[in-house]
Amino acid sequence: MVEEIGRTADGDIIINVGPQHPATHGVLHLVITINGETIKKVEPHLGYIHRSIEKMCESLTYRQFIYVTSRMDYLSSHINNHACALCVEKALQIEVSSRAQVVRILLDELTRIASHELWWGAMAMDLGAFTPFFHAFRERETINDIMEETCGARLTMNYIVPGGIMQDIHPNFQKRIKDFIKLYKSKISEYDELVTGNIIFQNRMKGVGYLSAEDAISFGVTGPAARGSNISCDVRKIYPYEIYDQLEFVEVLETGCDSFARYMVRIREMNQSIRIIEQLVDNIPEGDFQTKTKAVLKLPKGEFYQRVETARGEFGVYIVSEGGTTPYRIKFRSPGFSNLSALDHMARGSKLGDLVAIMGTLDLVIPDIDR
Amino acid sequence: MLSFSNISKSIDTWLNATFNSTWTMLFEMVIAGVGVISLFAILGLVLVLMERRVAAWIQIRLGPNRVGPGGMLQSLADTVKLLVKEGMTPDGADKFLFNLAPFIAIIVAMLLMAPIAFAKNFQLWDMNIGVLYVTAISSIMVISILMAGWASNNKYSLMGAMRSGAQIVSYELSAGLSILAIVVLSGSLNLNDIIQSQADGWWIFKGHIPVIIAFIIFIIAVTAETNRAPFDLAEAESELTAGFHTEYSGMKFALFFLAEYINVFIVCAIGATLFLGGWMPFHIGNWESFNHIMDYIPSSMWFFSKTFFLIFLIMWFRWTFPRLRIDQLLNLEWKYLLPISMFNLLLVTAMAILGWHF
Amino acid sequence: MQEFKKEVSFVEKNKIAIKKKNMFIVNYIKDVFNGVKSLVVGLRRTMYYFSHHKEIITEQYPDNRDTLVLPDRFKGEVILVHDENNEHACTGCTACELACPNATIKIITKFDISPEGKKKKAIDKFVYHLELCTMCNLCIVACPTDAIKMAQTFEHSVYNRAELTKVLNKQGSKIREGVE
Ligand code: SF4
Ligand code: SF4
Repeated sequence: MVEEIGRTADGDIIINVGPQHPATHGVLHLVITINGETIKKVEPHLGYIHRSIEKMCESLTYRQFIYVTSRMDYLSSHINNHACALCVEKALQIEVSSRAQVVRILLDELTRIASHELWWGAMAMDLGAFTPFFHAFRERETINDIMEETCGARLTMNYIVPGGIMQDIHPNFQKRIKDFIKLYKSKISEYDELVTGNIIFQNRMKGVGYLSAEDAISFGVTGPAARGSNISCDVRKIYPYEIYDQLEFVEVLETGCDSFARYMVRIREMNQSIRIIEQLVDNIPEGDFQTKTKAVLKLPKGEFYQRVETARGEFGVYIVSEGGTTPYRIKFRSPGFSNLSALDHMARGSKLGDLVAIMGTLDLVIPDIDR
Repeated sequence: MLSFSNISKSIDTWLNATFNSTWTMLFEMVIAGVGVISLFAILGLVLVLMERRVAAWIQIRLGPNRVGPGGMLQSLADTVKLLVKEGMTPDGADKFLFNLAPFIAIIVAMLLMAPIAFAKNFQLWDMNIGVLYVTAISSIMVISILMAGWASNNKYSLMGAMRSGAQIVSYELSAGLSILAIVVLSGSLNLNDIIQSQADGWWIFKGHIPVIIAFIIFIIAVTAETNRAPFDLAEAESELTAGFHTEYSGMKFALFFLAEYINVFIVCAIGATLFLGGWMPFHIGNWESFNHIMDYIPSSMWFFSKTFFLIFLIMWFRWTFPRLRIDQLLNLEWKYLLPISMFNLLLVTAMAILGWHF
Repeated sequence: MQEFKKEVSFVEKNKIAIKKKNMFIVNYIKDVFNGVKSLVVGLRRTMYYFSHHKEIITEQYPDNRDTLVLPDRFKGEVILVHDENNEHACTGCTACELACPNATIKIITKFDISPEGKKKKAIDKFVYHLELCTMCNLCIVACPTDAIKMAQTFEHSVYNRAELTKVLNKQGSKIREGVE
């Protein structure tokens, strides 16, 4: 039988979703096979925004390569930078002052909230509700203003450096954060009114994109996507870094295994982040913001790995050093890539409209997948 | 008093005095045609601006505010932009159908204008089956969408068209049933008679709960029929990029766009006529002085304010709710709306027979 | 295919569950009522914003240009600080050039002859490629004499890419006395 163009042998239609499509939030290219409205197969094609960041890092020094990581998962650039700094510090056994540690965690959690806010808006927009997007940006902008004031940039900060943070915090830092917490607490109930409680939204999310715990593990899904399947995988809890082990917060777990569970995980995670911030914001210890390090960092020969929990899941930095000033090889384990791999499995058998919802709950950031 | 009916009457007498009856007829047709087309243009401009404002305020934004005073001329600028754009026809498209579809959409919208009473004694065509006519013509709309989707030779367009077909065919049922409720109560298919039957109170007040239910179902059904969010599956921005008009550009796209807004206007006008008394002023029982004051407000004012209230309602829905999925959409119709409206029609009929309404 | 079946069966199960729930007319009515209620809650929220214009957060950017204040740490572009005597603090040590990850900075040095006849290294041109700069702040941190800093400008668009390559030291400027 001669295959018609754009059709499989069974007569199913093949559609290109992307690389320019409103729902893929970037240049992701999905080749989907559908029968009517039912999805039979989803095949992600990558490479549209590949910048060979890992190779680029091999020619950068240990101070320089951190800035590149902000360009991967640009929504949690602080956390990426943090991972790299931690890895270098671990290799060189640099002690970071407690002030720097607290500020780093504060910024991490703010980043996480900002990322989840954006995700919430984009998620609702994927499902056809445009208003939440703008409402989410109101809170997110406040965080961005804090970042801008202290770190000098709104998205790609490069504020965390090996040994601490680049500059001391801005005098307004604490006050601004407290203002933000107040704003957040006054607005978070609106999220439920607008989206979470909405019957249409719940029907669109519940029972859609089923991902069992075993499948989540075998696909390497991490972060909120896996916690929606009741897998405890929060790096902040199981491999605590910095002072996370001294903080009070719970790892958010949901048992629904569906899109709604993943949605709820993120919503509840924002509240946990607020809880962490509340614990720390008044207790920033005095001291140096940066430990004195050598001008030129030389990592000892060996292999070093550090993982952190970004807004999307587990982010890992793996450095192979030959003892020089630049890494011999760097590998980033980005959460988005593994999460995307489960998309096909989750979307099979559901409707075309569900694909968008499932993609939304995976919270894909394409430069993070493609690097 | 300067009112539409007086103006039309004086034009009619003047024409009759000057020309013979055939020419009068012709001139009147031309005047009506020009009137409808200019109404179209104005409605398009106003409704698009209104939608953008409503959206902006709900989304804590300002909305258009650059072109003209307070952004009033924004939609005019958009129209000019769309007019001067190239209207492309894709290579693989069925050229004839592709170019025909937007015109069918707009012609359907024009035809629907005919029986609507804009003001007291101001109607293009006072036919005795007005309600039937409206329901019949509005279902032609789906043909233009199917045509556009099929002729574009684009899978997204085709899917959008198919969705739209399923959607409009099913939602017509409950829209029709809820319209029937009013027909049963007023005992006429003539829109003018229906309006007259509401002289002592609008049906939504006179008809107790069943009419309110019918009204709610009507609003939901027409939202779906006009492909507006949360039922905008035919366009489904995030799923099908732009659905059935993915391949359209320039003026042909503008025609679809215009038809959508005109359709919204028309269904809201029908809703206002059936449930809210059309141009009938708001009267309360025997409060003579109050009723008198209400009569001072021109009837066209009443009609347009009611219609725009309903339009606002539909816009409000659009900017609040997420979109349904196709199977849920059909579930909602066949499992919820249709049974409810059938049962409701039964109630209304019983009510009409027993004379339980005011 | 196996996996596919599993998914389908999940969907099927869900449908059965929904069906079971809808078996009783009371539940049916309750469903409708709760659904409508949730929609009304959402509508109320959007109506609040529709009618409360003081909540609008839009900044009218090009109009508020005069009053727009960017935080003093905002990283807009690298500038070489000149004082009123047209003097700067750059010794030409190229530490910034080395610190920069993308070769944004190029220091071209020359040798000044001081009145005593001593040769002294100084910058001839501080070339800065704005189009390559990622605003990472590493050069600022690296500079031993704090000669460069970040300016708070952000409207960088030009018609010609060549305009983005800038020479930061002003015409006839020289190094401030006493900076080593
Ligand atoms: S800010 Fe970064 S990229 Fe720009 S010149 Fe300085 S070191 Fe280079
Ligand atoms: S700017 Fe600073 S680091 Fe760069 S060459 Fe001049 S003195 Fe050295």
